Amino acid sequence: MTFPPIFFELFVLALGILILLLETFAEKQDRKIFAVIGIVGLAVVFLFLQASGPGTSGMVSYVVDPPAIFFKKLSVLTTIVVLIMSIDYADTIKRFLPAESPQSGLGEFFALPVLTCAGMMWMSSAIDFILIFVSLELVTISFYVLVAYMRRNAASLEAGVKYLILSALATGFTVYGITWIYGVTRQTNLIQINQVLPSIPVDNQPGALFGALLVLIGLGFKIAAAPFQFWVPDVYQGAPTPITAFLSVGSKSVGFIVLLRVVQAFQSLPAVGDKLITAVILLAAATLLYGNLAALPQTNFKRLLAYSSIGHAGYLLMAVAGISAKDSGQAVVVYLAAYLLMTLLSFLVLVIVSTHGGGDEIAQFNGLSKRSPFLAFALLVAMMSLAGVPLTAGFLGKFMVFKVAFETQQFLLLALGIVTVGCGFYFYLKVVRAMYWQPAAANLAAIPVSRLSLTAIVIMVLLIFVLGIFPQVALGLLPT
Amino acid sequence: MSFLVHLIYLSPIVAGVVILLGLPPRRTGVIATVIALVSATLVFVGYDRAISGYQFRSFLPLVTDWDLKFSVGVDGLSATMLLLTSIVALASVWLAPKVEEGENRYYACILFIAAGAAGAFASLDLFFFYAFHELALIPTFLMIGIWGSGNRQSAAWKITIYLSIGSIVLLVGLIGLYLLPSPDQRTFDIVKLQELAATGAFSGPGSRSVYLLLLLGFGTLVSLFPFHTWAPQAYASAPVPVTMLHAGVLKKFGLYGLLRVALPMMPDAARHWAWLLLILLAGNILYVGLATIAQKQLDLTLAYSSVMHMGYIFLGIASYNVIGLNGAALLMFAHGLSIAALFALSGELRKQTGTLNYLDLGGLATNMPTLSFVFGMATFASIGLPGFANFASELLVFFGAFKNSTPGAGFNEFQIVGTIALWGVVISSVYMLRAYRAIFMGERQARWQMVKDMPLSLGWTIILLIAALLIVGLVPRTVLDAVEPGIRLFVK
Repeated sequence: MTFPPIFFELFVLALGILILLLETFAEKQDRKIFAVIGIVGLAVVFLFLQASGPGTSGMVSYVVDPPAIFFKKLSVLTTIVVLIMSIDYADTIKRFLPAESPQSGLGEFFALPVLTCAGMMWMSSAIDFILIFVSLELVTISFYVLVAYMRRNAASLEAGVKYLILSALATGFTVYGITWIYGVTRQTNLIQINQVLPSIPVDNQPGALFGALLVLIGLGFKIAAAPFQFWVPDVYQGAPTPITAFLSVGSKSVGFIVLLRVVQAFQSLPAVGDKLITAVILLAAATLLYGNLAALPQTNFKRLLAYSSIGHAGYLLMAVAGISAKDSGQAVVVYLAAYLLMTLLSFLVLVIVSTHGGGDEIAQFNGLSKRSPFLAFALLVAMMSLAGVPLTAGFLGKFMVFKVAFETQQFLLLALGIVTVGCGFYFYLKVVRAMYWQPAAANLAAIPVSRLSLTAIVIMVLLIFVLGIFPQVALGLLPT
Repeated sequence: MSFLVHLIYLSPIVAGVVILLGLPPRRTGVIATVIALVSATLVFVGYDRAISGYQFRSFLPLVTDWDLKFSVGVDGLSATMLLLTSIVALASVWLAPKVEEGENRYYACILFIAAGAAGAFASLDLFFFYAFHELALIPTFLMIGIWGSGNRQSAAWKITIYLSIGSIVLLVGLIGLYLLPSPDQRTFDIVKLQELAATGAFSGPGSRSVYLLLLLGFGTLVSLFPFHTWAPQAYASAPVPVTMLHAGVLKKFGLYGLLRVALPMMPDAARHWAWLLLILLAGNILYVGLATIAQKQLDLTLAYSSVMHMGYIFLGIASYNVIGLNGAALLMFAHGLSIAALFALSGELRKQTGTLNYLDLGGLATNMPTLSFVFGMATFASIGLPGFANFASELLVFFGAFKNSTPGAGFNEFQIVGTIALWGVVISSVYMLRAYRAIFMGERQARWQMVKDMPLSLGWTIILLIAALLIVGLVPRTVLDAVEPGIRLFVK
């Protein structure tokens, strides 16, 4: 049974609207059931995606190539894990909502991520600036609501306002860039742009470059690349933790597929394409340095993960800068798959520990190895992978990125990468130190883990090792 | 028979996992390391010296595009290193103390460190060769941080950050090595790479930079001067089993890597950079040697001495001739055993007296006749007295350095550094004999009256280590016959 690929998005959209509707009519139900409906529905979508291969869509602005399929799957998986986290996080959410009834507001909290997922899936396939822009806005507007969701929490509101203003600014850059590109090429479709570019008058080349750089700035906001990263720490810290995870994995990943497609489109005209690559290299260098150096002194785990997410954007940009190498796209895909696993695993453990300890500080994890050896081990694996210890997924990602960078002779980035990996070992192992060396805080009660979260954690830990030990699994994610 | 090689690294890994899942730590650990030792001995004995080359091979293709396999096998050098690994692994598990809390994690960490070393020595694929070594990094961090002594936190940070940066430099170097040949020849298979090297695939313009990356990366892992400062503090603070494994075995990974990967693939680059290595290794021998004399505590003396002795091995590698490389390989084996024995004995001393400071100790030979005797043996081995494997190997290293001469041209850089290294022997006898005198001779303080001689369990360990040293010392051919054919393949 095969569907036209666009049905996946429509199904996810319908699922989100269904949850919203059900919520209105089911006053008495435990709202967590809606999250479960969302998880089951998305799992079905994932299975169909897994079964369907790349193909043709019959539309000029929408493609179903292997990267599109991969990023759709990635979006669906991320949303599933975010919903699992949201169930554990529901009690915290309720504390910060005006309590008209004990469960009011929870339904939307479970429905919005599903709608966001539809937007991300669309973005994975979009190859026309119009469609890219629309799907980007669908994702961003859902995030406006989600980030500021805990209305009575000042930090969450602050995060919401910051995200709103800076995102709007970034959107402005993107749109302005698109108009320039359109003005020069008379096209919005990336394939057309790619074909038309070599024949544009030389006088118009600066215009094309200007437009491309503006789009790069706009996307830089989405993927949290320095120097467009300054919203990240506060927004990540203030937003509800599952949403932070969603932002740092989902929003960033689909930003990268768009970035890859845009950079690729401009490669047909070396005069512009090479300068664009130089800009990406500079962006990568700044992002690597800023993310990893600023992470060093952090004492709050959520902030640490925020800076680490900036740092990882730097490694990903390294791979994008090496777009002329054969493995570049594959490096981005493998890195993102690893990044998804290890980051979501960290956030999941963080949600569980913080709801039973009351804080996001690293000190909150002191003595976790005695309180809950299982959670401590899971987080140890996540930290090892984030730091890039071999035989974990994170190492394979770094390995491929460094390989691409070496192949394309990005020696500056390689030298910076050596330094920043060293930094990474320090700040990720700070969490390990808290869990294993430091004496436990007064509260020694064991931490209960729900069966759903337990399953998710076990699966992610296993996948981290599987991807790390059997590279062919990770490479199979993007068939060439 | 290739399953024997798999047993050497798999049995500690499996034991570590099942210990974490709840099996009795000590018994499981000892059984696993005994299995590994038996397998390693069978591999070492069963390695057919007449045929030489790589034997006991088996592989599992993983990524065909990159020619990446999970591939294991041994030649004489790796069989020797595997034997060393399993001897020291058994000794360190055997000596592991009773741990109050988290005993399963303690044993699992030791076993993972041992497995990391063994896996790296058994791998014939660059990817896993590298990956296995890094497997030991996090357990070392945890062991020093949780169960270390003294300034354990800073020691744990230092070793972890240093080694991780060293490893990432090494990784970049290995990627560079992989990318040097033309695209259709690229492979991670070490055997194929060595065959490619014969066709000159690695002699291109990039090879010198790649070799430098490998030299610095591997060098940091072996505490090459001036990247050695992680070692003394870490070895002084780490729990005894970790120090034995790390100083004895894991550190040799860098040297092994130079012998296995860097030298055979890029002989021209190796000769080009020999001057740099000579300067740095002179730092190891002279600077660190003098620093060792200044130490006032046994654990620090031993830790610094283990850094200093790396200088001799580097000298053998720098001279790049059969005799020098033979000496380097033999010294890797000998030093691993002697330093493990010394750290085991110093751990026992610390357990009995609570201090290793020379000013506090003295006259302990009265209470500890056996311990002082075997400590003396290990001391002599470490200095390099005839009869022990260290003597044979250091001699070969010096011959190797002096052989690099042009007749009638006077002293060249190899002989100058060789002469400095000869003085290193004097330096090491100064600090080792001073340590011996300060601890075992002279006035015994009244508070050491109750100190007892060493227990039988430690005795067995030391016998195992010293016996291996003596056998190889008296008949160096046992090891050299295995090692030499592999070296002759890339040294004309």
